[in-house]
Formats: sequence, structure tokens, C-alpha cells
Amino acid sequence: MAVMKKKGDKATPGISTASLPDVIFMLLFFFMVSTTMRETDVKVKFRLPEASEVQKLEKKSLVSYIYVGQPLQSDKYGTAPRIQLNDSFKSTKDILEFIASEKDKLSEEERPLLSTCIKADQTTLMGIISDLKQELRRANALKIIYAASKKAPGYE
Amino acid sequence: MASRKIQEINAGSMADIAFLLLIFFLVATTMNVDSGIQRVLPALQEEDVKPTDVKERNVLLVYVNKNSEILVGGKRTDISLLKDEVKNFVSNPANDPNMPEKEETEIELIGKFMVSKGVVSLQNDRATPYDMYIQVQNELTRAFHELRDDVSMMKFNKKFMDLDEDQRKAVQKAVPQSISEAEPRNTTGGK
Repeated sequence: MAVMKKKGDKATPGISTASLPDVIFMLLFFFMVSTTMRETDVKVKFRLPEASEVQKLEKKSLVSYIYVGQPLQSDKYGTAPRIQLNDSFKSTKDILEFIASEKDKLSEEERPLLSTCIKADQTTLMGIISDLKQELRRANALKIIYAASKKAPGYE
Repeated sequence: MASRKIQEINAGSMADIAFLLLIFFLVATTMNVDSGIQRVLPALQEEDVKPTDVKERNVLLVYVNKNSEILVGGKRTDISLLKDEVKNFVSNPANDPNMPEKEETEIELIGKFMVSKGVVSLQNDRATPYDMYIQVQNELTRAFHELRDDVSMMKFNKKFMDLDEDQRKAVQKAVPQSISEAEPRNTTGGK
């Protein structure tokens, strides 16, 4: 009897969940620090080209983005590559205005540091990119970044 | 006397609150670090200003056509050879009279240095694929990076990436990244 009773007492103790909030908070802080806020909904399909000599973008607040690629909703917008500024499709003519509004968001001394990141699909033809570049020159936004993903250096 | 215990705050729901916040941040933020090739476009020229004359020997014309073929100075070249050709052109090791001139310049920390006046002019067709264009840009950047590495190895015995701010500026002055992006040739008119 005595032996039996002892056995019954030895139920497996539940795992303490007291430290669960701490663990979750730790994860939360990790994500808060390592991520940045999503600013736009990307409406175009793009696969960035790969390059080995890429540099990381430093001050994100000084970068404005231009997306070029095939619209995701191709039944609605067609399959021709389009330019996306902020949250909508625009034509090259709207770039001047877009750059002006981006410059307005920055303070006086930061304005010359504004750079434009062109995120274009690999299969895009240069025609649309050249138009974009000409328009950026006209808008006097001369610092540009061709977005590309990192690849091991050298050609195999 | 009834003992008035200070009531403890119930921390049982803390985990739920933290979970909620965590999920919010997971959804609302992105993690990917953007990277890319940085370039500075030439300023738009006013109509009446004549473009600055550059001697022919100082310019290496790199042209990418719509079939992703590369012409370097009129000759067809494979992309794997592009980097070395650009390096060779800009540094002009044999002081070939058909290759870029060099100008002796006094640079802080380095001293007198023969700075090459070579310019790489990149041209493309309107129907050139963007991917190919980036590959060529990448090779050009790689050529200049290697030249800078060579100079910093020679002068400071360190790689360019490991130099401090002032040394970097000096090396940048010694090897300026002169890549000019010309307007495209409108030969095929493709979009």
C-alpha cells in the first residue's frame, strides 16, 4: 500500500509558464529593433537582379522608392511593366512631382542627401529605366541606387 | 484585525498582451535589408552649355546591346573579361599613348600619385534587359573596387574596406569612380 501511494504522488508537474511573458517580450524587442515599418504596398511583381558589389542602404528615411515591374493584378492593369510611386501606378511624368513631395518631407539640410532606390524586375527592358533616369535628372534627384540582391562574387 | 494585503496585479494576461504586440510587429514591419549599386547621375545640362570635351584616349565606351552582347571600345567582349579590361584601361600600366592620360596629383596621406583620367562610358539600347545592365554595372564597380584595393594595399597595407575615413577619402581621390551613364541610343525604339 505504502509503495503504491508513493507512486501515485509522483504525477508529472506542469511546466511553469511564469517566464512565458518574458520570453515573448524578448522576441518582441528583437523584432522591434531588427525590422523597419512597411511603408508601401508593393503592387508589382519583381525579382531583383543579383550583383556582388552591392552596398547596404544606410539612412532609410533619406531613400525614396520607385518600383518597376509587371502589375500583380494583371487582369486589371495589363502585363506591360508599370512604374509604382507610393501606392499607385504612375507614369514617368509624375516623377517630378513625386520627388518634389519626397524632398518636402525632409529638412533643408537633408535635401541634397535624398537618394532614389530603383527596384526593378530583372526582365524589364532598359527603355523604361532610361526614361525614369532622365526624369530623375530633370527633378535633380541625382543619387540613385539600383536595388540588387547580394550574390557571391566572381563568375562561375 | 483584518490584514489589508496589497493586491497584486494579475500578471496572467501579460503573455497574451505580449503575444498581441509581437504579432502586430511581425505583420507591420519588414526585415529585408535593402542593398544595391549606388550611382550618381550627371546633372542635366543647360542647352547653351557645351559638353566638356574629353579626349578620345580617355574614354572607354562600353555598349550593351539588346541581345545582351557587350562591346568594349568597338570589340565584342565576354562579361567575364570586362572587369580586367576596364582595370587595365583605367590603370594603364604600360603608359600606352592610346590609353588614358595620368596626372600627377598631390593627395593627403598618399603623396604624389598618378591619377588616371580614364572614364568609362556606359551606353545601352532601349531594349537591353535590365538584368544584363546591372551585371555590367556590377563588373564596372568591381573593377574600380579592385583598383582601390590595390592602391590601399600599396599605400596603407590594408584593404579599402578596412581603412579609416580619411584614408578612404584619399584613395577615392586617387582612384575616382568615373563611370558615365550616357543617354541610350534610340536605335530600336523598343519599350
